[in-house]
Amino acid sequence: MAHSAGLFLVDRIMLVTIHEDINDSDIVELQDQLAVKVHAKGARGIVIDISALDIVDTFVGRIIAQLAGIGSILDAPTFVVGMRPAVAMTLVELGMTLPDVRTARSLGHALAQLRDSPTIG
Amino acid sequence: MPWHSCAILQPLDDPWPPASAVLFHRQPILTESDVVLGRQAVGRAMAEVGAREVRRIRLVTAVSEIFRNALRYGGGGEAVIFLDRVTKAVLVECRDNGPGIEDTALAMRDGYTSGKGLGMGLGGAQRLTDAFELHSRPNEGTRVRMMSRA
Ligand SMILES: Nc1ncnc2c1ncn2[C@@H]1O[C@H](COP(=O)(O)OP(=O)(O)OP(=O)(O)O)[C@@H](O)[C@H]1O
Ligand SMILES: [Mg+2]
Repeated sequence: MAHSAGLFLVDRIMLVTIHEDINDSDIVELQDQLAVKVHAKGARGIVIDISALDIVDTFVGRIIAQLAGIGSILDAPTFVVGMRPAVAMTLVELGMTLPDVRTARSLGHALAQLRDSPTIG
Repeated sequence: MPWHSCAILQPLDDPWPPASAVLFHRQPILTESDVVLGRQAVGRAMAEVGAREVRRIRLVTAVSEIFRNALRYGGGGEAVIFLDRVTKAVLVECRDNGPGIEDTALAMRDGYTSGKGLGMGLGGAQRLTDAFELHSRPNEGTRVRMMSRA
């Protein structure tokens, strides 16, 4: 996975960072590690930070959807942060929907929502 | 080469490249890093003709889909990026010598994939550009041409 993605546990929340050069072979490893860590650490939620990405295409969209799918199976709500409005608009026109994913304006907003939610944690 | 199957959704003007266009960058698409380099070059080309962020992101996203297809299905290819300061447009051609597409109209359809994708790449790229042409010939290859104005 090298530097194309990162996984950090912050306050029982899994923070996933995705970089521009992520590729097919990284995804499987990222999914594996995420599932194991969310389960082992009892993470309350997942926050995917895509602020390092210039764009989101169907390839990255699929990665986000798959990570969120793992989150929903393991009862860890998934937030995406760092998506610029122009990127979000483009994603809609591309025809991608991310049903299991909520977006938050910033990492701080996502963490606050995960903390405040009575159904979470 | 005479193309076997083509899906021309928003036709480009003849000739290709337009007389007022200049070559901006040639990018071999042989690895995933080449896909990133190619789309960064397209982003720079859009900036060069004065495109706003949302216009730039639309074309960069479209070419990302097409470059990834050339790599995944076409076994790699080459992208050629032109810019036209007269019409304030960026033109991109991506071609490969892969297996080609038997039925381009089917391939363009949202949700159609022969792999494990979402089948949104071709249709999405067409929606995100101002002109889009897909030409293919089985066993010889695929060529996509796109144009976006700033
Ligand atoms: N360069 C190419 N060479 C051969 N076949 C191609 C090429 N580009 C696309 N195709 C075919 O067209 C189909 C549809 O392409 P499209 O990009 O729309 O979806 P996808 O790549 O399958 O999934 P997605 O792009 O949503 O991840 C592909 O599954 C493939 O069969
Ligand atoms: Mg595709």
